Amino acid sequence: MAAITQTLRPATESNTIWGWITTIDHKRIGVLYGMTSIFYFLVGGIEALLLRMQLASPNSTLIGADTYNQLFTMHGTTMIFLVVMPASVAFFNLIIPLQIGARDVAFPRLNAFSYWVFLFGGILMYSSFFVDGLPDVGWFGYSNLTAYTFSGNHRVDFWVAGLLVLGVSSVAGALNFIVTIVNLRAPGMRLMRMPLFTWTTLVTSTLMVLAFPVITVALVFLLFDRQFGTNFFIPAVAGGDGGDPILWQHLFWIFGHPEVYILILPAMGIVSEVIPVFSRKPLFGYPFMVYAVISIAFMGFGVWSHHMFTVGLGPIADSFFAISTLLIAVPTGIKIFNWLGTLWGGSIRFTTPMMMALGFITMFIIGGLSGVLHAVVPADTQQSDTYFIVAHFHYVLFGGSMFALFSGIYYWYPKFTNRLLGEGLGKLHFWLMIIGFNLTFFPMHFLGLQGMPRRIYTYGSNMGWDFWNMVSSIGSVIIAVSTLVFLVNLFRSFKSGKVAGNDPWDGATLEWTMSSPPPHYNFETIPTVYSRDPFWEEKEKADAAGTPIKAPVSHGHPHMPSPSFFPLIAALGLSLAAAGTIFSNVLLAFGILVVLIGVYGWSFEPATKPGAEHSGH
Amino acid sequence: MPKVSRWRTKALLVALFLFSALLLIACQKTTSTPQSIFGGKGDHAREIQSLFVPIIWIAGVVFVFVEGLLIFALFRFRAKAGQAKPAQIHGNTKLELVWTIIPILLLAGIAVPTLSQIHKFAQPAGPGALTIKVTAHQWWWQFEYPEEKIVTANELHIPVGRQVNVLLESADVIHSFWVPQLAGKQDVIPTHTNRRVFTALEVGTYLGQCAEFCGLSHANMHLRVMAQTPEDYDAWLKAQQAPAPAPTTELAIQGKELFSRSACIGCHTVESVPAARGKIGPNLSHIGSRTTIAAGMLDNTPESMAKWLKDPAAVKPNMGTMPGYSMPNMNLSDGQINVLVAFLESLK
Repeated sequence: MAAITQTLRPATESNTIWGWITTIDHKRIGVLYGMTSIFYFLVGGIEALLLRMQLASPNSTLIGADTYNQLFTMHGTTMIFLVVMPASVAFFNLIIPLQIGARDVAFPRLNAFSYWVFLFGGILMYSSFFVDGLPDVGWFGYSNLTAYTFSGNHRVDFWVAGLLVLGVSSVAGALNFIVTIVNLRAPGMRLMRMPLFTWTTLVTSTLMVLAFPVITVALVFLLFDRQFGTNFFIPAVAGGDGGDPILWQHLFWIFGHPEVYILILPAMGIVSEVIPVFSRKPLFGYPFMVYAVISIAFMGFGVWSHHMFTVGLGPIADSFFAISTLLIAVPTGIKIFNWLGTLWGGSIRFTTPMMMALGFITMFIIGGLSGVLHAVVPADTQQSDTYFIVAHFHYVLFGGSMFALFSGIYYWYPKFTNRLLGEGLGKLHFWLMIIGFNLTFFPMHFLGLQGMPRRIYTYGSNMGWDFWNMVSSIGSVIIAVSTLVFLVNLFRSFKSGKVAGNDPWDGATLEWTMSSPPPHYNFETIPTVYSRDPFWEEKEKADAAGTPIKAPVSHGHPHMPSPSFFPLIAALGLSLAAAGTIFSNVLLAFGILVVLIGVYGWSFEPATKPGAEHSGH
Repeated sequence: MPKVSRWRTKALLVALFLFSALLLIACQKTTSTPQSIFGGKGDHAREIQSLFVPIIWIAGVVFVFVEGLLIFALFRFRAKAGQAKPAQIHGNTKLELVWTIIPILLLAGIAVPTLSQIHKFAQPAGPGALTIKVTAHQWWWQFEYPEEKIVTANELHIPVGRQVNVLLESADVIHSFWVPQLAGKQDVIPTHTNRRVFTALEVGTYLGQCAEFCGLSHANMHLRVMAQTPEDYDAWLKAQQAPAPAPTTELAIQGKELFSRSACIGCHTVESVPAARGKIGPNLSHIGSRTTIAAGMLDNTPESMAKWLKDPAAVKPNMGTMPGYSMPNMNLSDGQINVLVAFLESLK
């Protein structure tokens, strides 16, 4: 802890735009991540609505083939890289230092850098819209459709550059949280006393560090294929020479399947925090839960080819990946049963965060079971690339991740605003969302089994798909309405929500011991942890003794590192350089120069600005 | 019972009712779904169904059991006013081992028939199988019968009861060959020759379409499999092997004249026109005998043929900047279209 107690920052932060731009406070960075991902959730949602309007009736000419292909590509890319991942990282930022008893993350300026890189990466990818239109090769970007011969404009280049930049953000952020969790835990918080959300953050960050280099390599190969005429992925047809498009699929899914767990593990962590608190019981089978998370992460690297059962890899490979895919259902099942065990015999309060968490479990069971069906390789040859798959992964990523993320928003919002989100609007949000969600996605199971392929912008009226497509489109409108209810709640409660106090839910973990919102240095005195649910234990002891909980003795404010704008400059340079790979070497060189300036300034900037107020420590 | 929970019970019952109503509607076959994976007419599709359906039932039972437990727990353990803190149970190793081992056994039960079917489907075609070389293009299908020495497009004729050995190749990007009523899909990957072996069991026309995103008009890449009695198939084969009858009407004769000296021949083969030996587009030697044109987008009528020739991209969106991969707009006059249609429709 020494490093942090000795570095300095004034006790209050300036609430100006400049203050936010130069912030290196994990809570503010968390808010920035959260707001940005909510913004992109609206963008991705509008894209989805347009897709559903196009598919509502057969032979529709509403948006046409080209726009449809752009929208489904960006819907997937947005929801994965610009919504669910950054929303998870928002929670890492907001919660982890509070939950482990730290004053900030290990590398606060690197943390700011991660955010700005993420923001500029997203802007870079979407700026494609103003040049050649949005990327249109699917979020999976299968070669050799991405080759210059078949995608001759700049859309794919923007997709490549954007994803490369976003990967930098993810890896930098992930390293930061690994170091933070490993090194900055409060005294007494042994690994097996860490809250489950902290565990899933640690494991997810490890997955990011291991998975993103693979996609980065694949994207660089693709960049070379497009810019320098190499042949990594371009086979000897249509002007290509000797590359292999299957290589892209392997590289993409060795990243892509761990990515699925990067999207779902934080959600599982959130649910594992919410369920015990609103059942008033500790998490059932904590060690099993921890081992389940770790084994899911480990096995997640050994199942990638179940995305490729129709590629023709041969019976040996297909058998191996069928077995590993079936096996990964076991730790997933353990988690569900342990949540049930937590609920069992509890005293369940149906607050909005709890209902969202229960929605997660209910929907995730459906997604998990349909996932098992895909491991049955022969059956998968009928389901693969149909709406059955679309149904499956929306039950996992929307019914799963999104419900859990909303649960986290309702649960932790009061900690940072001192206001509760409205329960009435919250429950309306929940019911509209779960009804709209099931209306939208359950019929997709039927459509898939009736032979409707994915990624088609139109279908004939002779296919028998009209009815369920209409139902699905109606459902998507209900989801849109539920999102509006959520936004109204978010803004209304910020001004006029019920005052929450420090511990509105009878929380078990350290974040509920501090004021709402927490001071920017978090803990004046770093607490000592004696159990898995430290705050519950403390409250129980105080109850037994009949005394109120003692406030820690004040020693004056600890000081924190000064704000910095160098991370932003380095991040901006990175995106300029990436844009340079599309347009000009001059821009590329200029971007690299800006990165160097940013990193130079960052390296030689003192942690404390001269003249910043010193006291006490 | 407090008022709130009664309301909750009602809401749950309504939700359950709606859900089961949804399932019932789904099970009722009110409309025909020609691309359904169920009720298959090919051996491959039927065997998959016989594996898949029992596993759906297992999944259904697990679903009802787990969701039932969850809903029961939510009603039974709802917080009551003035309730003391519940017993603080941290776990139960025996129980946790049980719900680890039971899923393992269940999944092992699914794995065994899965693996055996994987290996069964990997077997090469037997002797006497009909070999057909399929070449996928953006966005149509070419079917070559190497031993029978014919080439056709988008409509695949096969005899019922005879094993078909489909060899899959791509001329450009990755596609996927899929006729759900007959067999599971198999990706078509440039420079990899994939294989799908199946037998059609009943006479009929089966719809299929490309199942891997392959660019702009991926949605418009349909195919039809005409499974015929061996006699009908032989008759069809004979007609395909023979040159199409010479045009008889004045219009069609003019059409042939125009066709032979136009750019059409750069991309299309017509056996009865010596100059027409192009390989980029579909073989049109017997285009008049097909039931559809434009990869299954339009019924094969003179009107739709005229519409197609007038502006191909208006029917099937294409990458206008890349002729060579898509049928270009030849800017034909109505008169030219008229004679070309007459000629093409005469190629029975």
